[in-house]
Amino acid sequence: MTTMTSAPPTRAATKDDHPVAHAAVARRRRKVEGIYYAFLLPSLILFTLAITVPAVIGIFFSFTNSIGFGDWEFVGLINYVAMFSDPAILQSYLFTFGFAAVTVVIVNVLAFLLAVGLTSRIKLKTGLRAVFVIPMVVSGIIIAYVFNFLFSNSLPIFGQQVGIGWLSESILANPDLAWTAIVLVTAWQAIPGTLLIYIAGLLSIPGDVYEAADIDGAAKRQQLLRITLPLVAGYVVINVILGFKNFLNAYDVIVGLTNGGPGTATRSIPMTIVTGFTGGDYAYQMANAAMFFVIVVVVSVVQLRLTRGRNEL
Amino acid sequence: MSVQPALIAEGIDAAATLENSRARRASNRGRIGNERSSWPLTIVLILAAVTVIVPLYVTVSMAFKTQAQAVDGNAFSLPAPFSLDGFITAWTLTDFPKAFLVSVLVTAGSVAGTVVLGALASFAISRNWDRRLFRWSFFYLLAAMFIPFPVVALPQVQLTGLAGLDNPVGVTILHIMFQLSFSILLFTAFLRSIPAELEESARIDGATTWQTFWKLIFPLLAPMSATVGIFAFLASWNDYMMPSLITSDPGLQTLPVVQAIFQTQFSNNYNVSFASYLMAMAPAIVVYLFTQRWVMEGVTQGAVKG
Repeated sequence: MTTMTSAPPTRAATKDDHPVAHAAVARRRRKVEGIYYAFLLPSLILFTLAITVPAVIGIFFSFTNSIGFGDWEFVGLINYVAMFSDPAILQSYLFTFGFAAVTVVIVNVLAFLLAVGLTSRIKLKTGLRAVFVIPMVVSGIIIAYVFNFLFSNSLPIFGQQVGIGWLSESILANPDLAWTAIVLVTAWQAIPGTLLIYIAGLLSIPGDVYEAADIDGAAKRQQLLRITLPLVAGYVVINVILGFKNFLNAYDVIVGLTNGGPGTATRSIPMTIVTGFTGGDYAYQMANAAMFFVIVVVVSVVQLRLTRGRNEL
Repeated sequence: MSVQPALIAEGIDAAATLENSRARRASNRGRIGNERSSWPLTIVLILAAVTVIVPLYVTVSMAFKTQAQAVDGNAFSLPAPFSLDGFITAWTLTDFPKAFLVSVLVTAGSVAGTVVLGALASFAISRNWDRRLFRWSFFYLLAAMFIPFPVVALPQVQLTGLAGLDNPVGVTILHIMFQLSFSILLFTAFLRSIPAELEESARIDGATTWQTFWKLIFPLLAPMSATVGIFAFLASWNDYMMPSLITSDPGLQTLPVVQAIFQTQFSNNYNVSFASYLMAMAPAIVVYLFTQRWVMEGVTQGAVKG
């Protein structure tokens, strides 16, 4: 169980834990063969040029008043300060975090229940699993276009026939409801990945645990809550963190459904950052991006701490 | 974006459940012996699966309708009469062959680059773990998992423009770089499971490191490469945000990006737009159908094969 609750990356990363490190002790003092550098350097150089350098340049310009070209000068923290009183920025943070929180709950509950179902003794197990994974392989923007058609054409016709007022018009054009469509399509796409992780978790629980519970007379529902759920807690942590981080980065699906509208009601943080090209506020949006980056990292760390602490209780 | 959780799942498998594999197999046997198949549960799951099928069914049925039938707003009716007009119009309207070719090249480059660069770097890192440079490189390359594309999008667009890489080549390089951390995570975990004796015997037979890698290690990595490759394929083929921002020439856009044409012009030619969506989606679904063993096994079994 301890192996499961600890995050895999850090686990692989601890020096003492690394089998290679043990082997390495035996061959200390050796010289590293030059070809190993040749194996590693292409990745290091490309990575530095493609990600590190842009990140550093971006942070640098976030302290300037650059509009993306031409002259600029340092303005200190003005961009960062201005963000806190900018309704457009605040709204995109509120929307993005609210959307991510709701979606993460829905996706995890549904994916967990489906995973329990798909690991039970059922007919057509292979076929059903294959179907449930399909949304993972479909392009986000294209499926969003498909759902866009359903929400703005088919659903209103249905609403008119049944006589439900709010359903008679496209929910994508309704500032209060457009976000529900985005949650729905994002969840549709995100459930398969989450589901597969839960299936892996459920399959790692030894069968004898359930046998013992059966002998003790535990009901199936009790087994699910008292045995299954605690034993896959590590997988819940992973799914919640990854899901939340993914949903904060929502872009493709929103572009395909509402393009941030109506107005700016469903504009996510990444969409706001990208307006830095067109709005002439390159440096300002770079400050936004830097802030977003810090928040993403902090959220991951806090979530990891919180959920881990609870597991140990 | 949606592909990433699955990749991490393999991280879990590779790093944490290696030792659980025996227990897991036992658990399967245990449960199979104890219970009979449940039909009610199967029916509930089939109903749930319908929610997956409906949007795909709508896409296919709309694509084969005539324009007159497509505009009536009934998405669920079957095509009557059956028509290929949508496909014919979409083919020329989106310049499908060109967009398809660009998508194929970007995706192929991303897959090859992710697998080869990832495997090479992982091999160097795991065999020189005692050296600081290699150890630090591991964490450095993994740090990309904390840097989503939107964070660096603005400067990347500027820099690719300056470097003359505001084209599919630049998109390919960036796709590789954003996939690299995951592939290195998986490859290094897998490389640890390869017994050192195997490599030593190759060296005793006189193989150089270069030969050892290509003749021994890389073939052994094949199952991981397959998984890494498939996830790189899906991420690259389905991506919209990066090509739409990086590639400046609209004539060199990938399939997901060219679909935007139906949001502005031709917005009522539903049979045409859905035919176009179907042509863009189908390759990924077909690849999935043929590789689902790898997609799912990669996630659920990961390193067990080692």
